[in-house]
Amino acid sequence: MTPLFGLLGFIIAASAVAAVALRNLVHCALALSVSFAGLAAIYLFLNAQFVGFAQILVYIGAVAILIVFAILLTGRGELERGAGFSAGWMIGLGVALAVFGTLAGLLLSSHLLVREMPPPAPTSVRDLGDQLMTHWVLPLEVLGLLLTAALIGSVVIVMKERGPR
Amino acid sequence: MHAESLVTPLQACLLLSALLFSIGLAGALMRRNAIVILIGVELMLNAANLNLIAFWRYGPDPQALTGVIFVLFSIGVAAAEAAVGLALIIAVYRHRRTVNVDHLNSMKG
Amino acid sequence: MDQIFVTFKHMLVSLVPAGSQPVVSDLLSVAALIGTFAALFALTTVLERKGLARIQNRYGPNRVGLYGFLQPLADGLKTITKEDLVPRSADQVVHFLAPLVLVVPVFLALAVVPMGRNMAAVDLDAGVLFFFAVGAATELAVFMAGWSSRNKYSLLGAMRAIAQMISYEVPLILSALTVVMSVGSLSTLDIVQAQAGYAGGVAPHWHVLTPWGFAAFIVFLIAATAESNRSPFDLPEGESEIIAGYYIEYSGFKFALFFLGEYIGMFAVSGLAITLFLGGWHAPLPGLLWIPSYVWFFAKLLALIALFIWVRGTLPRLRMDQLMHFAWKFLLPMSLVTVVTAGMWRFLPLGWARWAICSILVLGPFLLLARLLSSGKIAKRSYRYAD
Repeated sequence: MTPLFGLLGFIIAASAVAAVALRNLVHCALALSVSFAGLAAIYLFLNAQFVGFAQILVYIGAVAILIVFAILLTGRGELERGAGFSAGWMIGLGVALAVFGTLAGLLLSSHLLVREMPPPAPTSVRDLGDQLMTHWVLPLEVLGLLLTAALIGSVVIVMKERGPR
Repeated sequence: MHAESLVTPLQACLLLSALLFSIGLAGALMRRNAIVILIGVELMLNAANLNLIAFWRYGPDPQALTGVIFVLFSIGVAAAEAAVGLALIIAVYRHRRTVNVDHLNSMKG
Repeated sequence: MDQIFVTFKHMLVSLVPAGSQPVVSDLLSVAALIGTFAALFALTTVLERKGLARIQNRYGPNRVGLYGFLQPLADGLKTITKEDLVPRSADQVVHFLAPLVLVVPVFLALAVVPMGRNMAAVDLDAGVLFFFAVGAATELAVFMAGWSSRNKYSLLGAMRAIAQMISYEVPLILSALTVVMSVGSLSTLDIVQAQAGYAGGVAPHWHVLTPWGFAAFIVFLIAATAESNRSPFDLPEGESEIIAGYYIEYSGFKFALFFLGEYIGMFAVSGLAITLFLGGWHAPLPGLLWIPSYVWFFAKLLALIALFIWVRGTLPRLRMDQLMHFAWKFLLPMSLVTVVTAGMWRFLPLGWARWAICSILVLGPFLLLARLLSSGKIAKRSYRYAD
């Protein structure tokens, strides 16, 4: 199983690097979709079926399409727009490398993480539904309100102004 | 997975999550285009989700499904944030004809 | 007789050493699925052309083979040998990958549809969610096809197609949700199992025979027609009278792959409609149980395909704004009403009161919405006779 995990990890990392480094914005968005798909495969690998399918449905089916539409609506998304790294790109790269170094160092040297790996627990979608509807019903309703507010808000922000010119 | 390997599966997942987070952070800090910054933010959110699922799977109480529920809410919130963020970028583009964040440096207009 | 394919597969799998048996079993299911549905695709192309032709008062293809039924062979030969033109300014990698990204998810979606007793390729705990997830992935393929051609009309067709697919995804999922809510499980096998049995020894327990199920079935079929870009919702590709929409720059085998993807998508969503509403592979009457389950499934599938072809030949195409209004202002409220009605159906006491209340709950908003939306827009019909 480890080679599969290694391959998936490589695909995710490579497409993530492509997503932030390519000049053509649409290629960035498509590489991001590949990264999302790889992550969904890892979720399935970690026995979280519902989250894996939800990841494909929401991220690839909605967020990636949103990003693509935004790229098309703001200029042509071609080389002249997406080109260029900002002037302080070395500082940015340094910060990111420092963050990764710190996290990796912590992970590899921690003794709390080296412990027995339990077998996958038999959970089902029914259990998830039970939990969502009993224990976590308040956050669920708040999420509904949040999504409604985001929907109405984004439509209002993007609406063409209809006033006296 | 072999128990005697160099890293445990949990550590491997967390390392991948840290790598993804750093790549997203690098993208958000290094690029000038607002949409690529948003792509970086989405990568960081995904890295956090992977972290949560890894700890749910290899953690003490998978039956409570806490990690999975947290990730479902995180995906929902990330989608809402992407929608509003992209709406803002489009609105700014309509006024300023640019999505280059270096050029969005005045509060006038 | 009913389990002939299952026993045949078990026999083939037992010939292989035990270590690789799961892999071989899955491979055999996949091969059977692809083979069956590719053959069904070939049959459907000729059936559609002949059906449309008869509706339009002409013959369809009738030269190749008996009554024209070997036409797919001729079409296949043509597409394989045709020159594969790719515009020089097109984005080569994305242009090449778009047909693949379209075809792979639609075949994946067929894996959770049970085609007979014990004949689903995989039994997923969240089967319906898997189906909609891979359906959502096909939208990206449409965009890739449209954008990589570097053609303004192609891009416009792709944007319209994606807008249409996203808009109609919401009523599709909500009407499927009524069934999931009623059965209490996302697994397609459980949903088919819940429609077993016959009330009073005559009427099957299919979901389509309940008020909320009937309304949800109609909404699901309309949304499914729009999702597969079929007429009357084929504006993105029906610009083929002038421009071919988002696959204008494709020729030869890639065009055939797009065609294949569209038809298999239609089969997959019809399969899901049969699973959710029409009782899967169950027979309609207890007296007909001797007919094998997969025969019932494919009979229902052919009936739905015939319905799609009939609708295509009969209704005129909808304009883009009419399409969007229809999705957001009519289908979405109707699907919400069906969700509420399905909930009420569960909690009301059995008897004729349940039927009456739920029927009114479904018919009332339908008539109200239909009247409200068409008020003032459709003029009274006036006839003028030739003298």
